[in-house]
Amino acid sequence: MNAAARSETRRTLTYREAIREALREALSNDPRVFLMGEDVGRYGGCYAVSKGLLAEFGEARVRDTPLSESAFVGAGIGAALGGMRPIVEVMTVNFSLLCIDQIVNNAATIRHMSGGQFSVPIVIRMATGAGRQLAAQHSHSLENWYAHVPGLRVVAPATLADARGMLGAALADPDPVVIVEHVMLYNMQGELDAEPAAVDIDHAAIRRPGRDVTLVTYGGSLPKTLAAAETLANQEIDAEVVDLRTLRPLDESTILESVQRTRRVVIVDEGWRSGSLSAEIAARIMEHGFYDLDAPVKRVCSAEVPIPYAQHLEAAALPQPEQIVAAAKGLFGHG
Amino acid sequence: MAEFRMPSLGADMESAKLTEWMVKPGDTVKRGDIVAAVETSKGIIDIEIFEAGQIGELLVQPGTDVAVGAPLALYVPAGGERAQPAAVAAVEQSAAARAVEPRAAKVVGPAAGRARASPAARRRAQELGIDLASVAATGPDGAITLDDVERAATAKAPKADMRSVIGRAMSRSKREIPHYYLATTIDMSTSMAWLEHWNREHAVTERLLPGALLLKAVARALEKSPELNGFWLDGRFEASREINVGVAIRLRTGGLIAPGLAAANERTLPELMRQLQGLVQRARAGRLKQSEITNATITVSSLGEGGVETVYPIIYPPQVAIVGFGGVVNRPWVAAGKIAAAPVVTATLAGDHRVTDGHRGSQFLTDLERRLQQPEQL
Amino acid sequence: MSTKIAGTTREHALELLRDMLRIRRFEEKCAELYSATKIRGFLHLYIGQEAIAAGVMRALEPRDAVVATYREHGHALARGIPMTRLMAEMYGKAEGCCRGRGGSMHIFDAATRFYGGNAIVAGALPLAVGLALAEKLRSRNAVTACFFGEGAVAEGEFHESLNLAALWKLPVLFLCENNLYAMGTALARSESETHIARKAQSYNLPAATIDGMDVLAVEAAAAAAVEAIRGDGGPRFLEFATYRFRPHSMFDAELYRDKAEVEEWKKRGPIVTFVAKLKETGLLRDADLASIEAEVEREIAAAVEFAENGTWEPLGDLSRDVYTREMA
Repeated sequence: MNAAARSETRRTLTYREAIREALREALSNDPRVFLMGEDVGRYGGCYAVSKGLLAEFGEARVRDTPLSESAFVGAGIGAALGGMRPIVEVMTVNFSLLCIDQIVNNAATIRHMSGGQFSVPIVIRMATGAGRQLAAQHSHSLENWYAHVPGLRVVAPATLADARGMLGAALADPDPVVIVEHVMLYNMQGELDAEPAAVDIDHAAIRRPGRDVTLVTYGGSLPKTLAAAETLANQEIDAEVVDLRTLRPLDESTILESVQRTRRVVIVDEGWRSGSLSAEIAARIMEHGFYDLDAPVKRVCSAEVPIPYAQHLEAAALPQPEQIVAAAKGLFGHG
Repeated sequence: MAEFRMPSLGADMESAKLTEWMVKPGDTVKRGDIVAAVETSKGIIDIEIFEAGQIGELLVQPGTDVAVGAPLALYVPAGGERAQPAAVAAVEQSAAARAVEPRAAKVVGPAAGRARASPAARRRAQELGIDLASVAATGPDGAITLDDVERAATAKAPKADMRSVIGRAMSRSKREIPHYYLATTIDMSTSMAWLEHWNREHAVTERLLPGALLLKAVARALEKSPELNGFWLDGRFEASREINVGVAIRLRTGGLIAPGLAAANERTLPELMRQLQGLVQRARAGRLKQSEITNATITVSSLGEGGVETVYPIIYPPQVAIVGFGGVVNRPWVAAGKIAAAPVVTATLAGDHRVTDGHRGSQFLTDLERRLQQPEQL
Repeated sequence: MSTKIAGTTREHALELLRDMLRIRRFEEKCAELYSATKIRGFLHLYIGQEAIAAGVMRALEPRDAVVATYREHGHALARGIPMTRLMAEMYGKAEGCCRGRGGSMHIFDAATRFYGGNAIVAGALPLAVGLALAEKLRSRNAVTACFFGEGAVAEGEFHESLNLAALWKLPVLFLCENNLYAMGTALARSESETHIARKAQSYNLPAATIDGMDVLAVEAAAAAAVEAIRGDGGPRFLEFATYRFRPHSMFDAELYRDKAEVEEWKKRGPIVTFVAKLKETGLLRDADLASIEAEVEREIAAAVEFAENGTWEPLGDLSRDVYTREMA
């Protein structure tokens, strides 16, 4: 189907549905692929992503696991070693702390440690982020912990096209890929081509070109950042929005080229700023784009508090468009 | 003879203390026999010999700390002599082997028309009104540094530059310091007579000029007026313990410099004279010491040679006062009710009103005048 | 427990003895090399437990998979990884099975389906479950043998893995080598229930306890378990009573156990008892033993020479194989 024909048959669906479509496609096209995780089968998925898939593909391919993150993620790694293409769903990044040993000590190391004898083609999907008043133990954004580790790839789909396409690209990758899906995006609606084009998991994307300031972000913070860009436009500041898409490895070229054009950067990251992904990006901009800057790099991150339950407190703890706008404006008017 | 050496028992073991020998010279041992006990950070561990043979000399006494790899005893191997295994083959890597740099991001060159300069350099260039394109870069990756900009600035005509430096300092002074001005005319009859007498009595090398008297008088008067001798820093006045009178010296290139006569109040007049002459000479030759350039706690500006009577000087920040002298001129003067010609000099004081006021300033000038009536006390 | 000598051919008995002696002498050599700083890091010796690796490996086929711990040199040798490549790996040389990147604790070999060499206690049990899951999904009737010590029993992953294997009926052979000490902690001080086979049974996993010092008993039990797994596709659990004659690792003062206890177990060691039984039944002659020892000694010397003459992986290759696909 050519581009014209493809776009003629666009349809509206949600981010959640786009992922479901991707899962269906993967399960249909490759017998080595199977989905495994807590409540992915009978329950239909904690976030209803895998609803209907058990009926369609059966218990061998859509496996409900006991509450044993370490065992089933490790089993996914073992199955990948054994020739399968498992998609393991860890319900949220919060629970991934129970299997982080398997991911960091096994999935990430086996290729290098074995001298290149084995690869671990596992895809691990996790829901991440805050905004539903789920309080401190269910609101983490710890994707930067995984982005810290050599041997892993980490991606964050923030658009429908990426929700639809990144899974396939991740499955095609022979190395472990962690996909973080922000909980506030599942309901997001949008349009997709009938047969969406494939996407890569190697590059960042410029979601909104601009001249005056670069706003770098990923995942659940993208909509807020785009909203901030609109507000800034009304105030005569033309913001460029860069969606990282891949958190490890970072697409430095895209980020640095943007900084070179605008000379001002705000990084929006829902993690706490201490030891965050935004800190890493700021360091790289300083290292490679120092002479392009007209102002210091600014960051908008969550407040350094465990995320609280009460709605107004949670909202105050998380990055908001107003803060992004203020941060961007603060970069102007320096002598 | 082969060496039985202290074994490595752990990744972080560097040495151990021999606690006990289980063998003595002459004993026959076989592979795997325990020959000694050593005390490590984890406790006492038995160590074995890996070769059969006969124990020779015990080289170390119990109670001694021995490094891993150091010999503990000699033995004759059962299979006869053989070469000792070589030390761990030298690895062809430096002790601080660096991890290979990750493939560097495509380092993008500066955007067209935009010089590669550090923020500090950029700011300074703006202050000095220098075009970055004209600055030679010595920084990493061809970047312009702060030093590069400074260097470019001084590379311009020194006269023009010094003038602009002075200009900036004076502008700042007028902008920030609330000046008040006082003037008084001082009868110099006594001083000039004394000076004439002195110069007749002393060798040419010890000649004193009126300027020396004026400077000494100022220095001594400042002892009683410490609020005029010091600096305005960080929003407050700091009196100086020393009285280093700055002397404004005009340079042949057209610039002006005001190095300080250190401890002027403690010098004798001849000393002060010599110091002054040396200062002027070195200033004009461009060979002032760093300390002289920066040590003045107050400045005296004397324009007597120029022919003016009254000077209205501008304070050199961070000083808080400046004294001006016009020429010593003959003018009509009233003494003992009669008008007669007398040598007089007009002394002015500009003061920083944040520290002193007219009352205080006039006390100083009064004191100054009094001292100049008693030149022998200076 | 009586040794099943009857029915064992002389040839087979000598094979088993050779397997155990290869391991024993290799481990002794490693101790020597470690003391001389040729081998670095941590070194965990298998001396005393040789019967288990030797006996179990005889029951497995090349299509099966093996997962082991950091005390895995014996398993690697018995599985068929060349001693030269193993020794080179211990030295950290590029000719080692993992290019020198893993060392003693991380032996991997694709050719023999040997998946480590895992340093996190109980960390490899989920891997074994996953490998078995792959076998089941691919209908290949292969068994995944998973070796671990009794210390792993305390970790959550032990319970999660046994549960999952039994629940999903996966072809895992769980092999617990109970040498009574997890580093310096005796089993009775860390487990409320020290009868480990019972724990497996609580997950509905058929389990048995075997004398780990008796190589023939080990072999028989393993063969029976493997046959059962191939029959119904479900997991099995064997607990072996054994003992390590050496400390947990080289740097261990053994403050936690009596020397007398060690000496007692040495008398019941797998090699000394097997040799005695074989001599008693006339299957082993002195000349056989001497010949085997000489052969093993030659092999070890060759392996040491191979390692000594090996090369170091170039520094420029440090980042190679972090990923399969290099980034543009």
